[in-house]
Amino acid sequence: MADRGGMVERRGAGLWLTHLGLILGVAFIAFPIWLAFVASTVSQPEIVRPPMPLLPGDQMWENYSKALTSGVNAPVALMLANSMVMAIGISLGKIAISLLSAFAIVYFRFPFRRVFFWLIFLTLMLPVEVRIVPTYEVIANFGMLNSYSGLILPLVASATATFLFRQFFMTVPDELAEAARVDGAGPMRFFFDILLPMSRTNIAALFVILFIYGWNQYLWPLLITTDPSMNTIVMGIKQMFPSGDDIADWPVIMATSILAMIPPVLVVIGMQKLFIRGLVESEK
Amino acid sequence: MATVSLQDIRKSFGKTDVIHGVDIDIADGEFIVIVGPSGCGKSTLLRMVAGLETVTSGEVRIGDRRVNEAEPMARDIAMVFQNYALYPHMSVFDNMAYGLKIAKTPKSEIEARVAQAAKMLQLEPYLQRKPRELSGGQRQRVAMGRAIVRKPAVFLFDEPLSNLDAKLRVQMRLEIKALQRELGVTALYVTHDQVEAMTLADRMVVMNGGVADQVGAPLEVYGNPQTTFVAGFIGSPPTNFLSPALLGQQGDGQIGIRPEHMAIDPEGALQGTVAYAEALGAETLVHLRAADGTQVTVRQDAAHAIPAEGSAIRVGWQDGAMMRFDAAGRRV
Amino acid sequence: MEKRVTFKGIWLPLLLVLPQIVITAVFFFYPAGQAIWQSLFIPDPFGLSMQWVGLGNFEYLLGDRYYRASFVTTAIFSILVTVVSMGVALYLAVLADRLIKGSGTYRTLLIWPYAVAPAVAGVLWLFMFNTRVGVVTWYLGQLGYDWNHVLNEGEAMGLVVVASAWGRISYNFLFFLAGLQAIPRSVIEAAAIDGAHFWTRFRTIVWPLLSPTTFFLLVVNIIYAFFETFGVIHTITSGGPQQATTILVYKVYADGFVGQDLGSSAAQSVILLFVVSILTVIQFKYIERRVHY
Repeated sequence: MADRGGMVERRGAGLWLTHLGLILGVAFIAFPIWLAFVASTVSQPEIVRPPMPLLPGDQMWENYSKALTSGVNAPVALMLANSMVMAIGISLGKIAISLLSAFAIVYFRFPFRRVFFWLIFLTLMLPVEVRIVPTYEVIANFGMLNSYSGLILPLVASATATFLFRQFFMTVPDELAEAARVDGAGPMRFFFDILLPMSRTNIAALFVILFIYGWNQYLWPLLITTDPSMNTIVMGIKQMFPSGDDIADWPVIMATSILAMIPPVLVVIGMQKLFIRGLVESEK
Repeated sequence: MATVSLQDIRKSFGKTDVIHGVDIDIADGEFIVIVGPSGCGKSTLLRMVAGLETVTSGEVRIGDRRVNEAEPMARDIAMVFQNYALYPHMSVFDNMAYGLKIAKTPKSEIEARVAQAAKMLQLEPYLQRKPRELSGGQRQRVAMGRAIVRKPAVFLFDEPLSNLDAKLRVQMRLEIKALQRELGVTALYVTHDQVEAMTLADRMVVMNGGVADQVGAPLEVYGNPQTTFVAGFIGSPPTNFLSPALLGQQGDGQIGIRPEHMAIDPEGALQGTVAYAEALGAETLVHLRAADGTQVTVRQDAAHAIPAEGSAIRVGWQDGAMMRFDAAGRRV
Repeated sequence: MEKRVTFKGIWLPLLLVLPQIVITAVFFFYPAGQAIWQSLFIPDPFGLSMQWVGLGNFEYLLGDRYYRASFVTTAIFSILVTVVSMGVALYLAVLADRLIKGSGTYRTLLIWPYAVAPAVAGVLWLFMFNTRVGVVTWYLGQLGYDWNHVLNEGEAMGLVVVASAWGRISYNFLFFLAGLQAIPRSVIEAAAIDGAHFWTRFRTIVWPLLSPTTFFLLVVNIIYAFFETFGVIHTITSGGPQQATTILVYKVYADGFVGQDLGSSAAQSVILLFVVSILTVIQFKYIERRVHY
């Protein structure tokens, strides 16, 4: 059949135009990161005399080792570790408490069940951004400033994760719970032996999303970590800029930016299927 | 091995009564089939025996023990579910062994029992597979195996064959029966399929609208139905119901005659027009319309001539074939 | 929707929901209550006592030129971020959807910026447009354009919008592509046989069928622009110049932590709370119909 522009599938020139458009899109997406990478491999003088080069230089090792070991205020290696603890703490914490409460809400009938359900639901309306000052005061009163628990706990309750698990538990056939009861399994045994292993794909998908969420937190660590050694990497980058008119140490800052991206980007690319699934399911 | 007795069992969900008082006594080793259309309460009844539903009133006894309040595992029962309810993440072996593990059975004993059940059910090659890697019939067998290894006093089956295709259903039906005979375990089996009920049951319970209409041996129920519902539900094609007036008799109520007891007979008592005839090979179903519009089916041997559509014929039967029911549908 | 099977017990389920309820109470409801309470007071200059002002903080805010300007800024910012990121994403998704082979590869190449934190995105774009060393700034200068987002309000807004939209394209692309691929090929082929050309097909068939996805993304992106772009603003402009990029969330932070004006910050939190509630209700009412009760 002749292609008169009405065909569903493009061929020939149309196909190449499609590819061209997509490649432009990829370039637009990738350019800032490429530039950051280049900046992290050249020396400071090459950057401060614009235009900076557009191809990588030979200072990569120096810049990255300087960032990791000494950084500007605190070694970036330390900030990476802090971010890792925070991201993993938030994801595992959210998953654990959400699994338990979803299990209770789906598989039991108990007083105030609906009240609890709605309380959890309402947390959707309370992102950390709208309660920063009082939440800060709570953490301060508990003496949790500059601590991992202070970084993690206020972000650990999640209606989204609870709903996701509740939704999944609802799709688990009733007969499985009945079979487990006939087999003599009590509720917790059923939870650990049957429900948890069956949820593992959901758990993994959610972990990917929550890890990125935790890793990319900015405002909260900015508020409660005044001690540079407790900074997370994402908020620590901004702290590396000098106040006043001094020139920023761009190669080190850009090296740090690249380091800040690597873990979550690896998670997204390495677990693309789980990531997409987690994204779609947690947002639906 | 145990007897099971249900005494005046009632069940309501909120204000809706679904079981209106059912009494059944099951002897040790007996195979009882509860049969009825969907929504008649048969599954609910079974689940109350299993302990998966609470009993609103009445008493469930297994052996000599009242078990109304007992957890399922404490009732010495095993259950085969309609969708098999296999744990999807566990191997066949682990599925069968799970209940035993919970009961803290010694490992060697678990292995021996699973091996024995697997042998009985020809599942030995599949013990390490996951349920999704099995065919429907194999899954069905695993569900059976899970029940067998527990060596329960009572087997409960909730429509276990309804997810299988017709051919497998016949085969598994025979296997279930053979297995129950071999193990000598009391069995309570729920189905909506009257053929399954007829072939499996020592005694069957025909449920209708939350009431046990009739309890008895299959042939007794077939030959001597106590209500119009039973007469219509058991037997295929279903019993013909004629008004007494059509046969020139007095009284209200209905007269039931099974299609297989009718024959085309020029001297017959009933006249009708042939609507159509279905030749099934071994037999032919002749559908006619009587003078008052009633549909009547005659089942005749394929050797007999098939009447032409639209022709007027007469149908007769032996006197003993007539089953009289009163206006309330009860056998007179 | 309810489960048929339930386990017995009252204390066990209470124990199971306890961790979430405690954390929710301590870190969500108590602070939210505090925000509402504090919004009704003004602390004295030494922070020693609180003076009841009723709705005074709100009255003051609504009369405040800067606060009202911040509302407008937030609205402009959110609309621009949403339109830019969704527009680019839809364009790329439509292209990728036209490929039989290779759309998976482009997906991989396009989704990973989702993992880049808004704050990091801010630093990357700041670097490109830095007034001294920025490479884009330099090339613009060569073309005779003097870029200076530190002084120029419009340029500052443009920069934070692009930086915020940039990281969001991945997310929108993913949902648009999924939405496009969910449209049955046969429908589109039928239209092609009817003689509809690409643009007609898109306008009359694809776009209407895609509208649930579009609407969902609209709400989600507005929420993103409202609350999750703090990092971008903080790293690039710190709300400036002349508060031209001070969105509401940034103002809560700036007034509460930098300015130490607790009463006003709390009142702003309460207003934001109200805004999120409305957005959440919209999101659930029209999009998330899966929470039954």
